[in-house]
Amino acid sequence: MQNKEKNFLQVIIDNVKFPLLAILVSFIIGALFIAWTGHSPLVAYYELFSGSLGNFGRFGESLLKTTPLIFTGVAFAFAYRCGLFNIGIEGQYIMGAIFTVGAGWIFRDLPGGILVVLLLLAGTLGGAIWAFIPGILKAKRGVHEVIVAIMLNYTALYLSNYIVRTILNPSVLLGTEKKASTIMLPEQGRLLLLSKIVPAFGYSSVNIGFFIAVITAIVIWFVLFKTTLGYEVRSVGHNPYASEYGGISIAKNITLAMVISGAIAGLAGAVTVAGLSYKVDQAAGMPGYGFSGIAVALVGQNHPIGILASALLFGVLANGERKMQMAGIPKEVVGIIQAIIILFIAAEQVVKYLPDIKKKFSKNKTQEVQK
Amino acid sequence: MAKVVEMKNITKVFPGVVANDSVNFELEKGEIHVLLGENGAGKTTLMNILYGLYEQTSGEIFVNGQLANIKDPNIAIKLGIGMVHQHFMLVEPFTVTENIILGAETSKGPHNIQLDMETASKKVKEISELYGLAVDPNAKIEDITVGMQQRVEILKTLYRGAEILILDEPTAVLTPQEIEELGMILQKLVGQGKSIILITHKLKEVMSMSDRVTVVRRGKVIETLKKENTNIDELAELMVGRKVNLKVDKADHKSGKTVLEVHGIEAMNNRGSKALKEISFEVKAGEIFAIAGVDGNGQTELVEVLTGLRKSIKGTFAVNGKDLQKMSSKKIIDSGMAHIPEDRHKRGLVLEHSLAENGCLGNHKDEPFSKHGILNYDYIHEYCRNLITEYDVRTPNERVSAKALSGGNQQKFIVARELNRHPELIIASQPTRGVDVGAIEFIHKKLVEQRDMGKAVLLVSLELDEVLALADRIGVIYDGQIVGIVSGATADEKELGIMMAGGKVNK
Amino acid sequence: MVIFIALLASALRLATPLIFSALGGVFTERSGITNIALEGMMIMGAFFAILVTEFTNMPWIGVLAAMAAGIMTSMILAVIAIHLKGNQVVVGTAINLFAVSITAFLLELVWKRSGQTDSVKKALTTNPFHFLENIPVIGKLFGGMTPFVYLAFVAVAVSYYVLYKTPLGLRIRAVGEHPKAADTVGINVYRIRYICVGISGMMAGLSGASLSLGTISLFREGMTSGKGFIALAAMIFGKWHPVGAMLASLFFGFCEALQIQASTLGFDFIPSEFLQMLPYLATIIVLSGFIGRATAPKAVGTAYEKGHR
Repeated sequence: MQNKEKNFLQVIIDNVKFPLLAILVSFIIGALFIAWTGHSPLVAYYELFSGSLGNFGRFGESLLKTTPLIFTGVAFAFAYRCGLFNIGIEGQYIMGAIFTVGAGWIFRDLPGGILVVLLLLAGTLGGAIWAFIPGILKAKRGVHEVIVAIMLNYTALYLSNYIVRTILNPSVLLGTEKKASTIMLPEQGRLLLLSKIVPAFGYSSVNIGFFIAVITAIVIWFVLFKTTLGYEVRSVGHNPYASEYGGISIAKNITLAMVISGAIAGLAGAVTVAGLSYKVDQAAGMPGYGFSGIAVALVGQNHPIGILASALLFGVLANGERKMQMAGIPKEVVGIIQAIIILFIAAEQVVKYLPDIKKKFSKNKTQEVQK
Repeated sequence: MAKVVEMKNITKVFPGVVANDSVNFELEKGEIHVLLGENGAGKTTLMNILYGLYEQTSGEIFVNGQLANIKDPNIAIKLGIGMVHQHFMLVEPFTVTENIILGAETSKGPHNIQLDMETASKKVKEISELYGLAVDPNAKIEDITVGMQQRVEILKTLYRGAEILILDEPTAVLTPQEIEELGMILQKLVGQGKSIILITHKLKEVMSMSDRVTVVRRGKVIETLKKENTNIDELAELMVGRKVNLKVDKADHKSGKTVLEVHGIEAMNNRGSKALKEISFEVKAGEIFAIAGVDGNGQTELVEVLTGLRKSIKGTFAVNGKDLQKMSSKKIIDSGMAHIPEDRHKRGLVLEHSLAENGCLGNHKDEPFSKHGILNYDYIHEYCRNLITEYDVRTPNERVSAKALSGGNQQKFIVARELNRHPELIIASQPTRGVDVGAIEFIHKKLVEQRDMGKAVLLVSLELDEVLALADRIGVIYDGQIVGIVSGATADEKELGIMMAGGKVNK
Repeated sequence: MVIFIALLASALRLATPLIFSALGGVFTERSGITNIALEGMMIMGAFFAILVTEFTNMPWIGVLAAMAAGIMTSMILAVIAIHLKGNQVVVGTAINLFAVSITAFLLELVWKRSGQTDSVKKALTTNPFHFLENIPVIGKLFGGMTPFVYLAFVAVAVSYYVLYKTPLGLRIRAVGEHPKAADTVGINVYRIRYICVGISGMMAGLSGASLSLGTISLFREGMTSGKGFIALAAMIFGKWHPVGAMLASLFFGFCEALQIQASTLGFDFIPSEFLQMLPYLATIIVLSGFIGRATAPKAVGTAYEKGHR
């Protein structure tokens, strides 16, 4: 029995070894950049972490920043397990957010509990629809999902901007002044702030969305590793041909994995709207949660539980950068650190997954259909 | 005779495997020297070292008496060595000429920066006429036949001035007639002073094509013999390391009712042309029906249609009277069909999954493997442990990933999984490809056992010897059609060979 | 007519950065590497063009610096994708993030503020060939041409020549289709891929310079705003061919010009957002095979491992 436990521990160590190393090295390189600005890296990192963990309120804000990253990380990982690279989480997130606002207007007279559920479902639906497009194109026509998803990210951005400017603008719905954002979500549809339960969170806007994220991660873990659905998704991801041979539909699973991934991304949008912003603004660029989600998933080894940990790390970094900035250190150091973590993880996959990756590409069934 | 190549004490170590173990090999000028061995014996590795694709871990190579350090193919090419690989190294959207000159381009203009295709075409034409290798220099590779592609590969080496040619399993994709033509081409090359190394595992080719033969087994050279001084049985024994019983013991067959009925099946291949044309045959209970033919004549597509992996555009097929033509592969599995696929890495296993997870592939949605969509891992592991014991699969436990097993054990595991479904019909597609002789014997025994139990077995094989050893009846496939069905007991190789090449047998 | 010429001139200017980056994309993908880091390399180019011009007061040195910065950035992709065989999309994502952060970081370090740099005194925003403006009717067209516009078309011609008329081009295309075949005839697959990734970095750097030095004479955070991805789209839309990529870039540039000038043209019945979406939607449609078929080089995205069994 003791032996088995040791093995379990060994497995965990094997899995976190590389990400931890990547994080450590990135922080060291980040320190060099900080030193370059003439500041002490130790002071900077102290500011960074005290800014995000220093007191309950700050910790609450960190959890708030962690929330969407859990969703987008898990979303990326789910598709990745099916051999798909969902770079379209940005767009799916945007669609989830705008759908949420739309649902908030349509169902504005419903009572709180029901409305919240409907809002979350609407966001999920928005993301799912947006992910369905690259999914079905990959499944049925063999089109590479990465390019389609990138194109759809920008399409979503402009579509959302259009909706913000017209259909959901207060000037259209309420006849008030034209604004660069949508109407607000009805009061009863907003997610409960944790400070209402635990007053210590104080000014922080952290809300029950965080728990929705954690529950989502756990559910996805169960689906991936304990159900036939997850078995099929993972089988297709590793070897579509063998899956097909075993009676598993490649097209169905590719589409489904993409849709589920998009649904989770859309949920991220819904939770952000219902828990924090209560509206959607005109935007010039991507919200960035999708790209961070890729990093979070990779650092978390595409495992939902690992993702909980790595999302927290990225949330802490994102939250602490403001206080670091106030201390006179460019907040971009955090972006540099994140980029370097991803670079290391990309290079590290080599050591562990080389045979996998090679096979995945050379045996990529749908790609061959394209020929 | 002058020695053009001498490889001395060559050792090559890959992580975990010794592919070549102090190998000595010599090639004399103007000879055809066969390198004979089983799959995985280390023949190709040795030649890849000679061609500079791998670097030897230790040992020395002499070319024309000079010590050579062949770090990359460029050096090999300069030394006059050319290699035709088993899987052709041709860029499909390129023309014949573009492929031939690639890496040794002719150029013109200031500083020679511009490609000179005209000169290149002319030169290609000259060489092809000199050696009697007819090709169209402007045709695209994707539009020409496999035999033609092979000629392009040979031309590629000659264009670079190769004096020493290495051909890796050149006959695997050819019809018996094309093999004969290749033999003639090789004779012509030797006549012009070239020296040739031929890699093969087919004993008959050794006898028909070679001057000398070197037998390799498990990375070691066993012996080098003159063709005149040996025979097929001796070579087989040297290659495998023990007496080989090429015959499979089996009782007379008692065929029963029809299990599989195939009627007028037509299907397309991946390129969108017709791969199967009006295929009809039946397989009865208690018999092994074999499909014989040269690779690429529709075997893969036929098996895929029958297992639901490819949709037919015409015709029907039924198992025990139940029409399966429109069924999904899952439904087909459920109606009593087992399938040993031709490529275990591509189809048979999810290599990254544990053996246990591979053991339930295809049954994972059925109780007791899962219930209401939730997997029962306790049962899945127990089931897999039984497969491992019953079929003697060598593995530490059922938790290791499938890629940790040797090829033979992977194949045994697949056979175990498929036969344990208790099917009515077994489709075995090249069930012994690339496995060691021990596994071959085991798998043959199991197939005959199933037949004797009254199951129907459809065997698809490229190895005529395997077909002749196992089949009760043989259908020959050529160009997507069954061109003839003969009894296994009375079939003779020559007759099958003619049919496999699309010829008619007059009786 | 005047309006039309103004529209055309604007389309040419807007297409210029796309052409450079799309050509860079053609080179990388033709050699078998996916390059979603064009955006990041453009950002680097745009920034270093301004940085070096600020200190040297010589905009052409700034252009060279932009190209160098692009090449340096591309080498991150090259090393990880070619030698370490990392996932090319992941590396690309990291490079994009890195470029955004490092330029903003340096901006703050040098100009002591964030957002945008000062304008450089000398830039490359005017037509170098004034005599062309004297041509009747179309002369006006040249008025707004920057040196980059001419350079872009030269780059198209050179790229076409290199890819289809030289031994190097034959080798590049072979490496992207069937690297092993190239390897067996003694072509150094890694070297070819390094060269191509380097060319893409140079082109994307140039593209960035054309954005900053060639338009507003300064660097602003987020100024590439997804142009690297439109260039990627143009490359696909142009079927991985230099001339096709140029035509696609011109079409996308035209869409953008139309969107900017929609109100002056009386075009505002089409919401500007829909014009912005057009390049992306067009690419999806082409990729899906609804109009013609776009087939990527066969080995794109696959790391090549030498001497593997």
